Amino acid sequence: MSFISYLINGISLGSLYALIALGYTMVYGIAKMLNFAHGDVIMIGGFTIYIVATTLGLPPLLGIIVAVIVCTALGMTIEKIAYKPLRKASPLAVLITAIGVSYLLQNVSLLIFGANTKLFTSVISVPPIPLADGQISISGETIVTIIVSIAIMIALMLFIKKSKAGQAMLAVSEDKGAAELMGINVNATISLTFAIGSALAAIAGALLCSAYPTLTPYTGAMPGIKAFVAAVFGGIGSIPGAFIGGILLGVIENLSKAYISSQMADAIVFGVLILVLLVKPTGILGKKINEKV
Amino acid sequence: MKKAISLALALSLTFVSLTACGNAATESADTTATESTDAAATESTDAATTESAGATFKIGGIGPATGGAAVYGLAVKNGAQLAVDEINAAGGINGAQIEFNFQDDEHDAEKAVNAYNTLKDWNMQILMGTVTSTPCIAVAEETNRDQIFQLTPSGSAVPCVQYDNAFRVCFSDPNQGIASAQYIGANKVASKVAVIYDSSDVYSSGIYGKFAAESENQGIEIVAAEAFTADSKTDFSVQLQKAKDAGAELVFLPIYYTEASLILSQASTMGFDTKFFGCDGLDGILSVENFDTTLAEGLMLLTPFAADAQDDLTKNFVASFQTAYGEVPNQFAADAYDAIYIIKAAIETGKVSADMSAQDICAALKPAMTTISIDGLTGAGMTWTADGEVNKAPKAVKIENATYVAMQ
Repeated sequence: MSFISYLINGISLGSLYALIALGYTMVYGIAKMLNFAHGDVIMIGGFTIYIVATTLGLPPLLGIIVAVIVCTALGMTIEKIAYKPLRKASPLAVLITAIGVSYLLQNVSLLIFGANTKLFTSVISVPPIPLADGQISISGETIVTIIVSIAIMIALMLFIKKSKAGQAMLAVSEDKGAAELMGINVNATISLTFAIGSALAAIAGALLCSAYPTLTPYTGAMPGIKAFVAAVFGGIGSIPGAFIGGILLGVIENLSKAYISSQMADAIVFGVLILVLLVKPTGILGKKINEKV
Repeated sequence: MKKAISLALALSLTFVSLTACGNAATESADTTATESTDAAATESTDAATTESAGATFKIGGIGPATGGAAVYGLAVKNGAQLAVDEINAAGGINGAQIEFNFQDDEHDAEKAVNAYNTLKDWNMQILMGTVTSTPCIAVAEETNRDQIFQLTPSGSAVPCVQYDNAFRVCFSDPNQGIASAQYIGANKVASKVAVIYDSSDVYSSGIYGKFAAESENQGIEIVAAEAFTADSKTDFSVQLQKAKDAGAELVFLPIYYTEASLILSQASTMGFDTKFFGCDGLDGILSVENFDTTLAEGLMLLTPFAADAQDDLTKNFVASFQTAYGEVPNQFAADAYDAIYIIKAAIETGKVSADMSAQDICAALKPAMTTISIDGLTGAGMTWTADGEVNKAPKAVKIENATYVAMQ
């Protein structure tokens, strides 16, 4: 019975990783850059909701909408100021810039909000579902996170396959130069990618802070890194890969905490990652080029 | 592109290891010998000029007035100021007034050393600080080099008082672990105990180690000992589930209040109804912004001070603290209040006068500390050994109706 409970908790944690990893993999797949500031955009989303819903006392749903707008604007601004001038530079330069942006966001929020931990009021009002005569319960946050992750994954895949903008993204990801020759506005397409990635970050922020209700300027940093690992695990650039990688990471982490050692859990997770990459360097779903967005 | 990924992975691994080392004490930069002799020189000239005009004792304080541990630092600052004002109003120490100067260190070792240097420029004679352990260890190196007397109200890590010029008002970490086990054993609070501790933090793992050793003597069975680290301190569902499955009657939390607030809310979500017991790190849980205090109902913590105690000393202190700062004092405020009175008693016993240099004061206070006995807010008949540790009886408090209530 407790195994099922560990598994559910693992899936719950994993679906959060998956949600964050979707944003990572989306940007990587199209812009071919690792946006290390993704985790910190999530944190900004969390603080936006905190201000709207808790400080101002407005409805949480309004908080999520405001957070999506704020994060989208933030993501596009970051792209315009920090990444766009480096489009022709080496990937290494862009990577270092992304780390710089990440620290900038953390420290600016430290200045604005202070380091005091804030407790986030959950934006989800779904009651927990009891199973097996109440021995196990699945929290409302878990259910909503899993549903939202799957919905976003499917929506993203449909968007890329069916819509014109999605096809443009696919073209940019395969060959920027050729796409430009075909009349695709590469800069606008990449901006749109960042806008979608950051909007996803705002939603991830709402769910992350609802499930684990502490909010500090460093809230997004560690989940961001774990989600990046999940994206690589599943095959970076692949949208279903990010989802599977996230869920697997969460389950492995929780089961190793439960059955091996709570202290060694992170080491085991990263050990599994190294093993997977040794056997399959592109990650679980990385090979299927046509799945790449 | 594959290169970029592997590089990024390597970087992320470095991040993980970096954050894991966040608690390591920063060794402070050397202070040159000339600086301290300079300070001593100005000290004596100052003293010479002010001798006739009634000298003052300059007591410095260091602690986090901003940042994550600000609850502790501000409590110490206010508690100490209250004691200083009382002593000054009653005519000072041997006729000399006290000047108190509190500097912010943001719970950071490097900033604490900067604050210490600022206080030295101000000609500080005695240091009441620092409030938190990691900065305290760094500052203790400096005070030992300069031979300035240091009394920390709440620096509980063992190395805080490793030099003979440093003393503390609170229990040390290992002693908290032993005292917790003794309290649980002696009062039959529970016989099956689970522990959730932070294995990456010296305070938490230190208490856990001693607690585990002492529980054997107390007939307490540790049914689950679960760790977490600084990198994964948001999800405690597995640790709580294991504690629940192991049939724990009580969960011991030798951790800080931020993580404890999460553990309490996750335990409530999963329907794990149990007792929780912690140490002084849990003090402050009621001040977490937006925290649902009903979750903390029944939480027990080992702390030397309970604001609702009925003795006159506590009642007067709580009343004047509330008048001055508008809130109920926590144990850090009480530690600091005691610290100032301890310094006063040591000054009187050591026959120290305000015109002496910091080094002479230190030499006189060291032997005086081992002879005094103080009835303070945080313990009756407190005495000190030459290695800086205090002898006093621990008290436990329980949270009822969102306030701390003494348990007996």
